[in-house]
Amino acid sequence: MTGTTDLDVREGVDRETVETVQNMGSYKYGWNTEIEMEYAPKGVNEDIVRLISEKNGEPEWMTDWRLEAYRRWITMTEPKWAMLNYPEIDYQDQYYYARPASMQEKPKSLDEVDPKLLATYEKLGIPLKEQMILAGVEGAENAPAEGRKVAVDAVFDSVSVGTTFKDELAKAGVIFCSISEAIRDHPELVKKYLGTVVPATDNYFATLNSAVFSDGSFVYIPEGVTCPMELSTYFRINAENTGQFERTLIVAEKGSSVSYLEGCTAPKRDIAQLHAAVVEIVVLEDAEVKYSTVQNWFPGDEDGKGGIYNFVTKRADCRGARSKIMWTQVETGSAITWKYPSCILRGEESQGEFYSIAIANNWQQADTGTKMVHLGKNTKSRIVSKGISAGQAQNTYRGLVSMHPRATNSRNYTQCDSLLIGDKCGAHTVPYIEVKNTSSRVEHEATTSKVDDDQLFYCRSRGMDEEEAVALVVNGFCREVLQALPMEFAMEAQALVAISLEGSVG
Amino acid sequence: MLKINNLHVKLEEEDKQILKGLSLEVPAGEVHAIMGPNGSGKSTLSYVLSGRDGYEVTEGEASLDGEDLLDMDPEVRAAAGLFLAFQYPVEIPGVGNMTFLRTAVNAQRKARGEAELTAGEFLKEVRAKAAELQISPEMLKRPVNVGFSGGEKKRNEILQMAMLSPRMCIMDETDSGLDVDAMRLVSEGVNALRSPDRSFLVITHYQRLLDHIKPDVVHIMSNGRIIKSGGPDLALEVEHNGYGDLLAEAD
Ligand SMILES: Nc1ncnc2c1ncn2[C@@H]1O[C@H](COP(=O)(O)OP(=O)(O)O)[C@@H](O)[C@H]1O
Ligand SMILES: [Mg+2]
Repeated sequence: MTGTTDLDVREGVDRETVETVQNMGSYKYGWNTEIEMEYAPKGVNEDIVRLISEKNGEPEWMTDWRLEAYRRWITMTEPKWAMLNYPEIDYQDQYYYARPASMQEKPKSLDEVDPKLLATYEKLGIPLKEQMILAGVEGAENAPAEGRKVAVDAVFDSVSVGTTFKDELAKAGVIFCSISEAIRDHPELVKKYLGTVVPATDNYFATLNSAVFSDGSFVYIPEGVTCPMELSTYFRINAENTGQFERTLIVAEKGSSVSYLEGCTAPKRDIAQLHAAVVEIVVLEDAEVKYSTVQNWFPGDEDGKGGIYNFVTKRADCRGARSKIMWTQVETGSAITWKYPSCILRGEESQGEFYSIAIANNWQQADTGTKMVHLGKNTKSRIVSKGISAGQAQNTYRGLVSMHPRATNSRNYTQCDSLLIGDKCGAHTVPYIEVKNTSSRVEHEATTSKVDDDQLFYCRSRGMDEEEAVALVVNGFCREVLQALPMEFAMEAQALVAISLEGSVG
Repeated sequence: MLKINNLHVKLEEEDKQILKGLSLEVPAGEVHAIMGPNGSGKSTLSYVLSGRDGYEVTEGEASLDGEDLLDMDPEVRAAAGLFLAFQYPVEIPGVGNMTFLRTAVNAQRKARGEAELTAGEFLKEVRAKAAELQISPEMLKRPVNVGFSGGEKKRNEILQMAMLSPRMCIMDETDSGLDVDAMRLVSEGVNALRSPDRSFLVITHYQRLLDHIKPDVVHIMSNGRIIKSGGPDLALEVEHNGYGDLLAEAD
């Protein structure tokens, strides 16, 4: 009986894909919301850093932390080792702070909310009640909920505009709020953990983020608590020429568990926009964190104009024994992707998993992978990477597996598959493997193949058009990773796989 | 139903002529068999009719109910009611058999302007038809043709045919590699589909299949052409005497 139910659900998922593909345009999120914005002047300097800190109502220790990062950043140079080609970024030609003007005062009812902001949420598929809460409408928490239960924190340009289901989460002791709220309301927790996984000095982009991050999400799961619902953040870049620098901090205390989803969209623009986020995750004894991303920032147009430059530092520190982190990412957007979600396996018997789908079409370039740093005994890691290249795109898997001397009896398994659609794109695999003890084992398998004409013809001879056929075959290629996603996201991800490959054949 | 007139086909990439003036007509409701030595172009004919890339039609025409087939994309031919049971069914890793079937059924319905089947309707139908072909629920979940035995692949082709209810069914050596029981299942599946407005073109090497699926007409194909057509007896003749005499006669 269980098997049957399972099958029914799966079928529903795939049907959804096909429908979504048929109903969507080439970039679903390519609209732009014309909302009145409040900007800080262009460029970055100590004054801008202070201004961001002040706008967020931060205490002095936080301002100092940012300033220290800024002073460090100006001594650093942008890394160039990735297989990415893009014009020089002018860091002084960006806005580092922007927020919807309507957020300055909380509205009393939906009527007072900028209708365009609401339209934005609707297009993102956020249920009405959650829309009300996000818009900050008083009493919205008590409105009846419809549909799925996922707590959402929405970050609109640089500012968190609201978090849903806060009360319900609070009952379980879970803290889910914007990082600026956390700095104000839970300074002891933020002080204890911020920058301990990704230090402010870590790398060029992370250091810039440390200086200028304007908002992001904070999650705290107390000891022994299983978070009662999925937590989700929507990041959206809207204002033109705005860099978005969000900062996420997740702390899972002993024996706790949480599943966190991150979705990203940005409107179509012909100028490239900078995005440099940092995510830090602390996983203590026996705790488990599952972090899933569906990244669909604007990839640029068919001629390679515009798009998001995405330089992200994501790292989880499995500090406790038997702790577990699972990263799952579906990277379909961005003109440039520079991203290596990593696992520091410090606790004995801790486990890290990385499941990735990276799709690069047209002129997109992706350099993405993971780092598995085994420090503790009997630690285990697993990497499953599926790279799809189409058009003129370049897709690189870059992964480090490192077994330290004390990480005895540890294991890694890496499976890295590349699929090429057409003959003008490229796929590259760059594995780094270091084993510094004799009892650990590292296994690496890699394949590169072209999308199979016989498979496409077989699908078409059964009635599917060419794009549907490609979507089906590619979704099959990605199946292992799609299955690692929470069900809600799996549907969206399958649809995205199809959409992002539109125009790649014929 | 299906009309092929003086069809000449060469490979796109090389200067190799495979079909050399093939003519054939299958009226509605009839079952026609094509027999012929290996390499005579039977599979090529089935691929060209269903729109596979790699071939060039240099002369002649093919139509389905008066509509020119050769100009249509493969999926348009499928929606128009043409189906090919492949000699070598293709494996699609990671795509559930069920998902594949459902996507295909609904793609065709959509193309014809019909409402798509709901999950419930589809499941009910597919389970019933799979049971008739002794295809287990487990096989429906597995990726399309991956790890299927030869016989399972062929039965799976017939399941697709049953689900898509095409008007013109072409079967390319569906009987090869089948044991006696599988042959009976497949034949019963096909016979159940026979109807006054559905036609079959059955490509086979063996008389065996034609004992189960009684053809109205048997064509002998050699070197890119039909060299002789006749009643079911023609298949028996081939079975007993081989192609030798027929080929000599044609020369
Ligand atoms: N793609 C191809 N490339 C090269 N030769 C081909 C190709 N397709 C068919 N042929 C040749 O055309 C002839 C007919 O093949 P086929 O249609 O498979 O015959 P049959 O199905 O009757 O055995 C054979 O000589 C075969 O080798
Ligand atoms: Mg053949």
